[in-house]
Amino acid sequence: MKLLTHNILTSHVKGVTKGYPLLIKATEVRVNEVEFNPQFVSRMIPKLEWSALVQAAEGLGHLQDLPSSLIQDYENNEEFLRKVHRVLLEVEVIEGCLQCPESGREFPISRGVPNMLLNEDDS
Amino acid sequence: MSSCRRPEHMAPPEVFYNEEEAKKYSQNSRMIEIQSQMSERAVELLNLPEDQPCFLLDVGCGSGLSGDYLSEEGHVWVGMDISTAMLDVALEREVEGDLILGDMGQGMPFRPGSFDGCISISALQWLCNADKKSHSPPKRLYTFFSTLYSSLARGARAVFQIYPENSEQLELITAQAMKAGFTGGMVVDYPNSSKAKKFFLCLFAGVSGVLPKGLGSETVDRGVSNQAQFTGQRSRFKNMKGKSVKKSKDWIMEKKERRRRQGKDVRADTKYTGRQRRPRF
Repeated sequence: MKLLTHNILTSHVKGVTKGYPLLIKATEVRVNEVEFNPQFVSRMIPKLEWSALVQAAEGLGHLQDLPSSLIQDYENNEEFLRKVHRVLLEVEVIEGCLQCPESGREFPISRGVPNMLLNEDDS
Repeated sequence: MSSCRRPEHMAPPEVFYNEEEAKKYSQNSRMIEIQSQMSERAVELLNLPEDQPCFLLDVGCGSGLSGDYLSEEGHVWVGMDISTAMLDVALEREVEGDLILGDMGQGMPFRPGSFDGCISISALQWLCNADKKSHSPPKRLYTFFSTLYSSLARGARAVFQIYPENSEQLELITAQAMKAGFTGGMVVDYPNSSKAKKFFLCLFAGVSGVLPKGLGSETVDRGVSNQAQFTGQRSRFKNMKGKSVKKSKDWIMEKKERRRRQGKDVRADTKYTGRQRRPRF
């Protein structure tokens, strides 16, 4: 699960109103090399919850030099876009779980795939 | 697909797509070809801005055959599927998209406005059957469509390639999609070829769009439409038992034929036979 995916994932347990962001408890993290596309990163930035991204990266120990708040005029700042690209698309959680901040319900992650299946009682 | 014509009648998807079936599905070169073509057409119908990498959702992504096409086009995608066996094959095939194990009938677990578009190849019909006692297909369809609607950006589209079983199923699907706020309709490619005919449910989130034309429309001058908006749609499918829908034109023609065979006195068939009357008739 890449941090881009984590940034858009919420808990859809029945009755939960504050199911975002999911807390990451990772036991295995991997960093891949992914082709850098500045156009894509630039377009995604306005859609991201920046604080959730920073929090997630920090929790995984991969924050490095990503700023805690969005900088101005990022579209033309290649260095900044590369930092965002790394955190968004190259850091991947392989094993662990995601925890709903409100209900405490845990969604396991196995081989990089989060299991978002709900049981009968929480859907 | 296997020798059975409608796999969703055999078992729920997470059971049907076991390891064996998943492997078969992903190694069959004809299957790969068809899936790739349908994905290409679905992406075309998404009408995404040219030369721009987009963030897309693939519902019922399976082993990633459709996702591979999305990657080829330079898009970043997230796929969701209910079968662990199929997702395992996707992982083995090292697809580029992120995969999620989930049930579309339980709702899309995403923040509002996340995706630029959504495609789904041969998956939606699985939602139309109640696989568990607690399942209500209309409710699951509505849960799916309403959460999908919110997870799409304004102006985004969702395109579903489906194999509709009968007109009731089509009506059920489109009714729930409309209820969830979508506009749009059905695009039918090659309506006159039983082999090539393909159905794409094309939904718009937030803005009304012009429904794209179906392919193979050289029969336009014969008045055969291959577009069907949600209202005024006429389908002449047979139902599950292979019988025509009651009171439809097919049913009327068949009944007349039956009575002729029985030797009864039956009016000749004209162009007015079985035609829809005006409400005051």
